[in-house]
Amino acid sequence: MKRWLGRWVPSGRTLVTSVPYVWLLLFFLIPFVIVLKISFSAAQIAMPPYEPLFHWASAQVLQIQLNLGNFAFLVEDNLYIKAYLNSIFVAGVSTLLCLLIGYPIAYSMARSNPSTRNILLLLVTLPFFTSFLLRVYAWIGILKNNGLINNTLMSFGLIDQPIQMLQTDFAVYVGIVYSYLPFMILPLYANLEKMDLTLLEAAADLGCKPWQGFLKITLPLSLPGVVAGCLLVFIPAVGEFVIPSLLGDPGMLMIGKVLWTEFFNNRDWPVASAVAIALLLFLVIPIMYLDRAQNAESAEGARK
Amino acid sequence: MMQGRPWFRMTSLFLGFAFLYIPVASLIIYSFNKSKLVTVWGGFSTRWYGELLHNGQILSAAWLSLKVATISATLAVVLGTLGGMVLARFGPFRGRTLLSGLTTAPLVMPEVITGLSLLLLFVTMEQLIGWPAGRGMTTIVISHITLTMAYVTVIVQSRLAQMDDSLEEAAMDLGARPAKVFFLITLPIIFPALMSGWLLAFTLSLDDLVITSFVAGPGSSTLPMVIFSKVRLGVSPDINALATILVTIVAIGVTIAGFTMTRQQKIKERDAQMALAANQQMIDSLKKD
Repeated sequence: MKRWLGRWVPSGRTLVTSVPYVWLLLFFLIPFVIVLKISFSAAQIAMPPYEPLFHWASAQVLQIQLNLGNFAFLVEDNLYIKAYLNSIFVAGVSTLLCLLIGYPIAYSMARSNPSTRNILLLLVTLPFFTSFLLRVYAWIGILKNNGLINNTLMSFGLIDQPIQMLQTDFAVYVGIVYSYLPFMILPLYANLEKMDLTLLEAAADLGCKPWQGFLKITLPLSLPGVVAGCLLVFIPAVGEFVIPSLLGDPGMLMIGKVLWTEFFNNRDWPVASAVAIALLLFLVIPIMYLDRAQNAESAEGARK
Repeated sequence: MMQGRPWFRMTSLFLGFAFLYIPVASLIIYSFNKSKLVTVWGGFSTRWYGELLHNGQILSAAWLSLKVATISATLAVVLGTLGGMVLARFGPFRGRTLLSGLTTAPLVMPEVITGLSLLLLFVTMEQLIGWPAGRGMTTIVISHITLTMAYVTVIVQSRLAQMDDSLEEAAMDLGARPAKVFFLITLPIIFPALMSGWLLAFTLSLDDLVITSFVAGPGSSTLPMVIFSKVRLGVSPDINALATILVTIVAIGVTIAGFTMTRQQKIKERDAQMALAANQQMIDSLKKD
């Protein structure tokens, strides 16, 4: 490998590296610096609707105005705190539900015949290729008062009145679990599929019952997959906007919705930026953890 | 050994896939409903498909979305392939950790944050250098590339990690320059991965609502934006018809791509193995001499 790399002309190698690097720095990292900057400025009615941070008072005096008001506002108004805590709670419960539903599916896929496995894998990945928005929309038709579930239950005479399901927290959980389930199943499956089944045979030979074998061998060995799946569900779910606004109660507090409203309805860009920065600070650690986990995974793959 | 109880496996797979597919199936079935009350069956009809064809707003939004998705998926594959190469083949270098972090983060970053930050970047750039002037297709394309190239990078990186690099080394030993090795050996082998990366980038771009809403200008509504504003008011039968068309196209595309890819993959792997075997024979015969 080294020999191969040694022949790379330094300039060619640098060029190949720099193209994606520069793109991501410019369009992904620098924007966050700008968000941080604008979260410290004051709103004004103009375009763009915020005051500049730096300002030449005279030829030699550069005034820097740091407005901490936006962050103070987030702390004082308990709407924001409530929205943060509620988003974290909803994302946490949804992640747990995804794990409870996704694990048996991934496990069953990994223990199927190799030929069936590929078809099942295709069936799990297919939802990635179908519109997320339309799949969430489908649940409106299923959950609403004269929707699929209520109509079915009423035609069988099981209920007289439709059960209110749309615009409840229940609908939001269904929507999140449904949309993010493949993100849980895929890393779990990748992990469980690699598992050395002779370990379980050995345990069985030594008198271990199947459920003990699962708890003592399969489950601990699959923990990296569990962690990756949970992070892939939890991180985006915290900032989810589409699902709570289509399926949830209009008054439901989710931080993604709050940010959206501040930006589009109140046109308060600085407060929207402060909301984004506060959310980002909370998510940086899980994102870094996920990156490390993925690198460990690919390094392991490379060694094989 | 097939351990575990078959009934458990069958039940969990059946329930799991029912949960994943019943909502999509219900969308399709109700798209053929005559009644305007989407979920109350009023007989079979294809009238909503006809109405869709006369809805100018949806058609022009769909056209814009298709253009954006084609351009951004293509550029995302180019950038993502470079990124995947760098991460999988260039070994450790200064700044690698940051690059890998910048590839992982867009995958999970809540879209409201990415959308807001990109918009603020475009506004700032316009103030500083006057480009991009206003917001519209250009800003949407740039944002979609940034989002989808991360997915392509991950796909290419994991494909390269699985790939046996002895063919590349052999070509190098025979004196091929790195660029030639890449285009003649690496690229053909990872081509199926690039195809699925392109498809994924295309559908993600076609589907994105949140980031697009932030960076789109007043005159540039994409298909998801039009759908969202309609759907917010409740279910509407022509959206079911639209969903059915999109799902059908995607299902056909993915199935065809899946089959051709597995077939090509098998052929390529066989070729690669034969090449290696021939190489080994040659080395052995040289040794004998």
